[in-house]
Amino acid sequence: MPEVTIHVNGQSHTAEIEARTLLSTFLREDLRLTGTHIGCDTSQCGACAVHVDGVLVKSCAVLAMDVDGAAVTTIEGIAAPDGTLSPVQQAFKDHHGLQCGFCTPGMIMAATALLAETAKPSEAQVRHYLEGNLCRCTGYHNIVKAILAASGQAV
Amino acid sequence: MYAFDFVKPTDLKSALAALEDPEALPLSGGQTLIPTLKQRLASPSCLVSLTAIPELQGVCQSAEGLSIGAATTHAELSRAAAAAYPALARLAGQIGDPAVRNRGTIGGSLANNDPSACYPSAALASGAVMVTPRREIAAEDYFQGMFTTALEEGEILTMLRFPIPTRAAYIKFAQPASRFALVGVFVADFEGDVRVAVTGAGAEGVFRWAEAEAALAEGFDPQALTPLAPPEQEMIADLHASADYRAHLVGVMTRRAVLAAITG
Repeated sequence: MPEVTIHVNGQSHTAEIEARTLLSTFLREDLRLTGTHIGCDTSQCGACAVHVDGVLVKSCAVLAMDVDGAAVTTIEGIAAPDGTLSPVQQAFKDHHGLQCGFCTPGMIMAATALLAETAKPSEAQVRHYLEGNLCRCTGYHNIVKAILAASGQAV
Repeated sequence: MYAFDFVKPTDLKSALAALEDPEALPLSGGQTLIPTLKQRLASPSCLVSLTAIPELQGVCQSAEGLSIGAATTHAELSRAAAAAYPALARLAGQIGDPAVRNRGTIGGSLANNDPSACYPSAALASGAVMVTPRREIAAEDYFQGMFTTALEEGEILTMLRFPIPTRAAYIKFAQPASRFALVGVFVADFEGDVRVAVTGAGAEGVFRWAEAEAALAEGFDPQALTPLAPPEQEMIADLHASADYRAHLVGVMTRRAVLAAITG
């Protein structure tokens, strides 16, 4: 089997995998990083969102082989090593930005990517950016509120 | 997914050599192909990733217009074309969602020719030229019906050349779940030579709406199009929209696109 090396949350991982292994499968089953969720597996729900070289992608629509050598950040790599939550995570906690929590890893990854691109987004920009992330509890209101708060805006 | 081999060449020559295997498939951003593989609708012997080949990347402007590397992502194109061809940049920035735009590529979309994809309308309305290692293909000759193009076995897109109109706009009515165009209309005005291309609606895929082009050549005004609509017998009918609704939407989206092109 071919070999792949992916740097995940600052740690380098080398593994022999089947070429058809999805990045989401590699993260969850090979590395046991199960914070990346598989909601739909049809690249619509966004629960599997991670960053590849700083860019938001849906890990169920990317082959692990295709990101050989890349730096991947998952939800497990968002908080500081001592467990201090990132500003986005803290804001989700403070503003009740989750209900069942299944979509939350993807929402946090998308929100973190948005704020890296646009420091102070408008509510419309936040909602537009979250088009690829579904919350089946329909808890969007507090998610949007949390992201606006994380950007330092009054909510 | 069925099992396959995977190669990621870093130059075009190696990629073309790998694609000589008739069972191999080119993989660009994979935002359509990977879901297709998951459904076992394709079983390639090998996937040849095209995303590490420098000559397939990037956007540059010349007197002839924009030259766009086929493996340029929607996100990159929406940034790189913003000043030179804002209508095309806006189209790229409205495809799918941010994560899809970070992976999906213009060449992948044009090679797939999904009848509801956005780019085919821009290519046809702009009079784009599709460049392959074998030849150059005019947009008129390139699109040959749903999921069908002039590309031959083993032939891939390397570059797209888009002439830049004096004014243009793309307006889509997005299918709410997929964000594909239920109906999308690209209007391009080349100093009075007006081209109108419609995606999402035609039973034969993307098409130019000649009747609207003729009316707009007389006067570039949304009013010139009232009460035109394309023949509903030629429209797609599915669970998302009936043929008469799509025909109606083509008229509405075209008028909105003309207005957007005027107001900028």
